[in-house]
Amino acid sequence: MTTTSTTPALDAPLGAALAARARPPRPSALAASLTFAWRALLKLKHVPEQLIDVIGLPIIFTLGFTYLFGGALAGSTRAYLQFLLPGSLAMTVVLVTTYSGVTLNSDLTKGVFDRFRSLPIWRPAPIVGALLGDVGRYLLAATIVIALGLVLGYRPDGGVVGVVAAVGLVLGFAFGLSWVWTTLGLVLRAPSAVNNLSLLVLFPLTLASNIFVDPQTMPGWLQAFIDVNPVSHLVTAARGLMAGTATTGQVGWVLAASAALTAIFAPLTTHLYRNR
Amino acid sequence: MTTPSTASWEAAPEPRSAIAIEASGLVKAFGETTAVDRVDLAVAPGMIYGLLGPNGAGKTTIIRVLATLLRPDAGTVRVFGHDVVTEADAVRGRVALTGQYASVDEDLTGQENLVLLARLLGLPWRQARMRAGELLAAFGLAEAAGRLVNTYSGGMRRRLDIAASIVVTPHLMFLDEPTTGLDPRSRNQVWELIRTLAAGGTTVLLTTQYLEEADQLADRIAVIDHGHLIAEGTPGQLKASVGTGALQVRLRDPHLRVQAQRVLSQALEVAVQPASDPATLSARVSDPQQVALALTELSRAGVAVTTFALGQPSLDEVFLALTGRPADDHATSKENAA
Repeated sequence: MTTTSTTPALDAPLGAALAARARPPRPSALAASLTFAWRALLKLKHVPEQLIDVIGLPIIFTLGFTYLFGGALAGSTRAYLQFLLPGSLAMTVVLVTTYSGVTLNSDLTKGVFDRFRSLPIWRPAPIVGALLGDVGRYLLAATIVIALGLVLGYRPDGGVVGVVAAVGLVLGFAFGLSWVWTTLGLVLRAPSAVNNLSLLVLFPLTLASNIFVDPQTMPGWLQAFIDVNPVSHLVTAARGLMAGTATTGQVGWVLAASAALTAIFAPLTTHLYRNR
Repeated sequence: MTTPSTASWEAAPEPRSAIAIEASGLVKAFGETTAVDRVDLAVAPGMIYGLLGPNGAGKTTIIRVLATLLRPDAGTVRVFGHDVVTEADAVRGRVALTGQYASVDEDLTGQENLVLLARLLGLPWRQARMRAGELLAAFGLAEAAGRLVNTYSGGMRRRLDIAASIVVTPHLMFLDEPTTGLDPRSRNQVWELIRTLAAGGTTVLLTTQYLEEADQLADRIAVIDHGHLIAEGTPGQLKASVGTGALQVRLRDPHLRVQAQRVLSQALEVAVQPASDPATLSARVSDPQQVALALTELSRAGVAVTTFALGQPSLDEVFLALTGRPADDHATSKENAA
């Protein structure tokens, strides 16, 4: 039997392309992570439908709750919007974090992840990079909430600085929270399970909070839960920053919670990822 | 292969160890199942080494251990002298993995895949894009560069996969069933690529279910069955243990079959069997030279032959010879009529 010695695709340029070349120094942890963030953004570029939740949720929540509850709860929709908007911001971003665990879970089953894991790069880079890409999604959701609020008549007394600080705080918290979902993404066996479980956790956290109404009229046991619910603290701090009245304690609580989530769940995620 | 004289090009650096892969007593179990059981391997640098076995034999597990994706349960495994567990990063800096199912990102374009890999290997953006362009052109993928990989054919995907593995020249390249599912033309292209890579000094470890593929490519072959290494040697040694293969001769006149059977068995010095087709005879032969003589004898005796084929032994026949039973996975035997 003879072997075909020439085939159209393989000729002179191939020899040059295959010629051995020096290996560049390996990329830093940051460079590797940013490369994976670029990968995440490319996927959004190719399949922009994936952004439907990030675009849809903020609009539905902000419009829906303002006009549904506004008149009844605060006397006017405009007055209610002033109260609701920072909560709507927090709720929207917190809800779209579930995507990070779902993406990781389905990514891990793909052959390309074997290749990533056989590269001499900082181990957690694929996950950190994906989360950095997700922060881009969160920023888009936050921008839509704020823009819509401004159009509807929301006026932040904290000014641009207050709004930017509030968005930054919400994104920081969302980044910390995402590590919880990546941990789930490595433990659970199907993307749908990750999605369902994270929503199951998030619904009570967002509903039993101070997003929609002041908790003073609620029963004591519920107030007790709301007092320790991190989402309530996030909303309080975001409200304070956007109104220009935030205290160091309010902001500090959220920063500490975000740092704690990251400190517990980032190493846990990394550990699970390494030992897969 | 020409070596351009630009400063950025240089020969692959001298490895620390004279042996590319050194495994002794490698064991890997998944729960109750022992996927790899006390396997010893020694692969010299620059060679193409084939792991041959049916589905589920443990070939992929061996590759995953070597590529630092799985920790061995027992035994020591070294790649260019570096332990895959304690010096995993040093190993990763020397190997490239092309997995069984294309190790490229389906949701990105071909160009983006290569730039991604080039960045992760440490190339600056500009060089990463240049290298990607160069590889895409060399692998006949320039026109498809901007298309998402999930629109690629199997052969294109494989080529992109291999291109991704050589963005930076690896010392050792793993290819897990590189031609499974490819049409013959794509398969030949991949074979040619593997030979070119090896000629450039890269050590290649490939797995295959096809004896023909191992025979075509590999300098040495290890036969794996149920996690055990059951035979090791050059393709020649391996084939000698099973005979060259099956000779099939189809006669123009079925009535001459008895006469032909006598002539052939005398010339070949082996038993010749009538096949179910009344015009066909078959025999197991060990020396192809004898086949030529036997066919000459036939024509001298006035027996006209319409077709004849000398097939290589299939994986099944190899297993039969080595273990006394056929390979468990019958999806494996591909007849290789020349």
